[in-house]
Amino acid sequence: MTDIAELQRRTAQLLDAYPPATTERLDFLKARFDAGLAWVHYPEGLGGLGAPRSLQAVVDAELEAAGAPDNDPRRIGIGLGMVAPTILRYGTEEQKQRYLRPLWTGEEVWCQLFSEPGAGSDLAALGTRAVRDDGGPSRSSEAESGGDWVVNGQKVWTSSAHLARWAILIARTDPDVPKHAGITYFICDMTDPGVEVRPLRQVTGEAEFNEVFLTDVRIPDSRRLGEVGDGWRVAQTTLNNERVAIGGMRLPREGGMIGPVSKTWRERPELRTHDLHQRLLKLWVEAEVARLTGERLRQQLAVGQPGPEGAGMKLAFARLNQEISGLEVELLGEEGLLYDDWTMRRPELVDFVGREAGYRYLRSKGNSIEGGTSEVLLNIVAERVLGLPAEPRTDKDVAWKDLAR
Amino acid sequence: MTDLLYSEEEEALRAAVRDLLTDHCHAAGVIARTESDAPHDLALWKALTDGMGLAGLLVPEDRGGQGATHREAAVVLEELGRAVAPVPYLTSAVVATEALLACEDDELLTRLAAGRTIGVLAVGLHVAPGAALKTARLEDGRLHGELTGIADAVAADVLLVPADDGGLYAVDADAVTVAPQVSLDLTRPLATVTLDGAPGRRLGAAEPAVRRALRAGAGLLASEQLGAADWALTETVRYLKERKQFNRPVGGFQALKHRLAQLWLEVVNLRAAARNAADALATAEDVDVAVAVAQAYAAPVAVHAAEEALQLHAGIGMTWEHPIHLYLKRAKADSIAYGTAGAHREALAELVDLRAP
Repeated sequence: MTDIAELQRRTAQLLDAYPPATTERLDFLKARFDAGLAWVHYPEGLGGLGAPRSLQAVVDAELEAAGAPDNDPRRIGIGLGMVAPTILRYGTEEQKQRYLRPLWTGEEVWCQLFSEPGAGSDLAALGTRAVRDDGGPSRSSEAESGGDWVVNGQKVWTSSAHLARWAILIARTDPDVPKHAGITYFICDMTDPGVEVRPLRQVTGEAEFNEVFLTDVRIPDSRRLGEVGDGWRVAQTTLNNERVAIGGMRLPREGGMIGPVSKTWRERPELRTHDLHQRLLKLWVEAEVARLTGERLRQQLAVGQPGPEGAGMKLAFARLNQEISGLEVELLGEEGLLYDDWTMRRPELVDFVGREAGYRYLRSKGNSIEGGTSEVLLNIVAERVLGLPAEPRTDKDVAWKDLAR
Repeated sequence: MTDLLYSEEEEALRAAVRDLLTDHCHAAGVIARTESDAPHDLALWKALTDGMGLAGLLVPEDRGGQGATHREAAVVLEELGRAVAPVPYLTSAVVATEALLACEDDELLTRLAAGRTIGVLAVGLHVAPGAALKTARLEDGRLHGELTGIADAVAADVLLVPADDGGLYAVDADAVTVAPQVSLDLTRPLATVTLDGAPGRRLGAAEPAVRRALRAGAGLLASEQLGAADWALTETVRYLKERKQFNRPVGGFQALKHRLAQLWLEVVNLRAAARNAADALATAEDVDVAVAVAQAYAAPVAVHAAEEALQLHAGIGMTWEHPIHLYLKRAKADSIAYGTAGAHREALAELVDLRAP
């Protein structure tokens, strides 16, 4: 068992061997990964030391104090938050060795090819097909044994697809069984022929998401994650981690969207009205309480008693972000009629509190849709936390090919 | 850092209090008691105080108490709220006790800590910490005047009365007239206290003692509200799993599931806010903000939980036999007790520099 003293010793050793002031950022990150200090709860050899997860904070604090570079988790959030835990749980030893290190250092960005135009909240209805083809010549980037899969279909709402080296992909491999049973999980090379990424312009004016068209894309069987037909179960690991990643940010008081609007209120008394004051105070209280709930959840995790609160955090933050940013636009009055910039851009990372109030207002509309709509999450809370009966299902025992579409 | 969890000792305390309440505080009994001349359950009070020593949680051991903290008192209040128990715990063991701790009156404090004496602060239940007080008139060393809205006064042995000379006085209940008022909350009844030349013993300055007492009362009331809201949610979920309409359990309908999931979220948030307030009171850090946040959040949630419970139980929720009405009345009265959510938001506006226009 690795304790705090041992982690501090290893951290000091890393800082001695690779002084942050004179070491290239990427070299430092690679060395940190190899020292097992990237995510200490991961196994040795995979960036960790098998230590308790709560001890990561000890390492992070020491490295930050020493001025060491971080791995910019926002930009590579999909890889860190969702792909890594899925590969760790379901990947082969070769897959873990190949993907986890460049994922953590940010050398390789990941995206998630899950949602489709006809499969959003009903994700298991997806129609992208993967067909095994043992005979044809392999067009994939690496020569592989075990044959290829040929993938055809369309994905949507794909963040970072235009930056990504790799994607996690779920596709239908058996249309003759019920929809949840015929799905398989793959790792897709975004540089392969047949992968076409098109920007999808959103209400904010920018194209943060993409559509991804897959035409005869060949994926070697060695890049399958989990068993054939077991993709839905593998995807649950990804999705559960997605919600934790979205809702689980650690914030100081006024750390979220309530921060900028509180600042404006303090600095510009001429904008204040009684109605806005009442609403601001109410939202300030709710934001502070949501922050405390997040803190309580983290304390539970740290002592190894994960509570079901995580399921609710994303719901709470989505609603708060929308109400607070909406209030902020109103507070600005005449300025609220303006917008900072409608230029079609492709941002590398989403900054929820950056840019101006109008942007925040429009972008926050996505908070109750991305990563599971609020309506679906309320169902999940009702059924899994409160144990209420599930909705009647008409699709459970029907082969996917026979479902109405 | 603020500890928002429950310790093992706190969970053990919860289990003991809950066991006692399960055995001795049935809803039917509480309803029957509200229609009698003795709305308080003094046998239950004796079991909680004589048997378990809970009245002295906030009192140091060298003054006859348990030397525990607001964190433990909060856990007791969660359970009392869950059972909507008619005992003067919040008023005597928290509010009056805090006032005496500010005055350092060891004799009376020790008696309250033992639970054999019930003390009540003679300040209207609706008064927020820091708000203006109605005081008794001091004339020739005797107290005069009428104070209204005094919670649990009918059960009190001694009243702590703020007077117009700025002092806080201990007055024996025998020396005053306590007239019950018809109260919205049947389980924490109010009374008018009339002082007609009553003798009092000066305990100390009223203002700091009352402020401290009401602040602790407001902060820990959030835990009582949490207990009551948690009961309302749990009972409603249980009922909707059993109750069938249209050949399905009612709890399977999405419109109702979403309402219950929303309520669950509010209760989860309330737990964090209530724990934060209890911990702040215990550690004396960030107390004013923590208490104001907890009360601004707790009152609407507790009322919402009780109102949802009534609506989702439909007709049965509207009956006198079902205990939901006890919780609704308690929750609505609690939303005024020790300051409304709005009063606490106003306090917060000053504390965090979000000033009114």
